[in-house]
Amino acid sequence: MTGLLVAVGGAAGAVLRFLAGHLWDRDLPAGTLLVNVVGSFLLGVFSALSLDADALALLGTGFCGGLTTYSAFAVQTHALGTRRGAGYAAVTIGLALAACALGFWVAA
Amino acid sequence: MTPPLPRLVGAVAVGGAVGALLRFTLGEVAGDGAGFPWTTFTINVTGAFLLALLPAFSAVRRSRLLAVALGPGVLGGYTTLSATSEQGRSLLDQGRPALAAAYLLGTLAACLVAVALASRWSTPSAQAEFALEEGDL
Repeated sequence: MTGLLVAVGGAAGAVLRFLAGHLWDRDLPAGTLLVNVVGSFLLGVFSALSLDADALALLGTGFCGGLTTYSAFAVQTHALGTRRGAGYAAVTIGLALAACALGFWVAA
Repeated sequence: MTPPLPRLVGAVAVGGAVGALLRFTLGEVAGDGAGFPWTTFTINVTGAFLLALLPAFSAVRRSRLLAVALGPGVLGGYTTLSATSEQGRSLLDQGRPALAAAYLLGTLAACLVAVALASRWSTPSAQAEFALEEGDL
């Protein structure tokens, strides 16, 4: 049962991430950056709320986990080369952490 | 031949469900615990390695459907940046900034090393072809 919720949330998150990348990833992966920051914000919100195990499986582990990606982030950073890759990595990790803290703070 | 967008989206959905389930199952078998989140770290490093390895396979370069099912689907669903951010935030909240920094920077460094290693199995033109298929989203 919990696994099914994770799968459904993961599928929905992955589809939104793919569409964001399809629409907005150009020279710079703006779509992937956006979903990583938004997903981190939402997981901050969901972590602050006292969700039950099923809701956390669907929304946190499933949706936010599926919406965000470390694999594409790492491959894109590598492909951008040293200077632009360092900038992209710093902006992604910094904004994602700040968004997560903001989400947690807003919902707490 | 390029499959229409709805078919690509369907392949990503199926792959994403599988990847998220894999990540969830690993968390159930060996959870992260209180210190350094080794399970999430391992998931992200192995997922980054495998994504960078995909262009080496001619089947993946030939089929865009396979590329998006495995890349943005399975490996995108398997790896997570939101859990990493939340774990970093939580470690900072617990007054452990050194551990938070080690985790966030250590994950990035290990994933980039994994990508650099895996990239040695494919040519730059194969990697460009894979990116054109949107396998790296």
